[in-house]
Amino acid sequence: MWLFLVSEILFFSGLFVAYAIYRNRHIEVFTAGSGLLDVSLGALNTVVLLFSSLTMALAVRSAQLSQRRRLVMWLSITIACAVFFLGVKGVEYSHKVHDGLLWQGAITAEPGTEINGVPTEKLGTFFSIYFAMTGLHALHIIGGIGVLIWLLVRAIRGDFSGTNFAAVDFAGLYWHLVDLVWIYLFPLLYLI
Amino acid sequence: MTNASTHGDTHVHVVPVRTLIGVFGTLIALTAVTVAAAELSLGDWDVAVAMAIATIKASLIALIFMHLKYDNAFHGLMLLFAVVFVALFLALTLLDEERDSGQTGDAAVVELSTN
Repeated sequence: MWLFLVSEILFFSGLFVAYAIYRNRHIEVFTAGSGLLDVSLGALNTVVLLFSSLTMALAVRSAQLSQRRRLVMWLSITIACAVFFLGVKGVEYSHKVHDGLLWQGAITAEPGTEINGVPTEKLGTFFSIYFAMTGLHALHIIGGIGVLIWLLVRAIRGDFSGTNFAAVDFAGLYWHLVDLVWIYLFPLLYLI
Repeated sequence: MTNASTHGDTHVHVVPVRTLIGVFGTLIALTAVTVAAAELSLGDWDVAVAMAIATIKASLIALIFMHLKYDNAFHGLMLLFAVVFVALFLALTLLDEERDSGQTGDAAVVELSTN
């Protein structure tokens, strides 16, 4: 499981390197683009994801202690948080689509005008990185929801106990890793 | 990670609820700090401060939520190697960027020192 997590980190690292290069070359575009993101929605999603990590850790604990009802409850709350996160992300994406702020080449915001001192045509550099990073992260959330639902079904069936909780544990590790990636994405994209 | 019945040398470590909630509270507090710090506009230090706080949060999650603190040290070593490689990728890329652009590049130095 840890080997998989390591490969996931290296997978995401490519995008972080891309971010570093483009930010280094176009700092003014990144400052302007970052200013167009909704910090409160980003912060809300950060809190939701951190809370889901807590409930996931509590789910693992319940599985270890063979507490079936609690395990079902914590898994359900974790899934609800994940769905909520995607909902907020969807609201953010639809705002960006509405404003025509998309990846490079797809920007439909009025050309020839400036936003935060940067021509709209140039903002695509930031939004390409934004959609690639948050999009890949959202795919991981969707995958995580799938795994969590599978766990929930098995938990309701009573598959897990103090001697058989590895599946819950591994899913927990994956879920925390997805949270870790977001912890870096939030300040890099929304705050600085 | 594994349980006592399959590996005699490891044991199931059940993390107390109080510890888990304490970690969550700290993570939320650090999120507030990082948002507040970003509004201060620290110039080149923005990136450094944000990444330092993110790394503290990441360490808390890795050590407690991902129970590396109680786990086989080899798992922690694997994660550390992955992080070292990411730092290496970023460092080499940014060094190259500096040479190409010939800028004074404080921003790159800051990123190097924090990743």
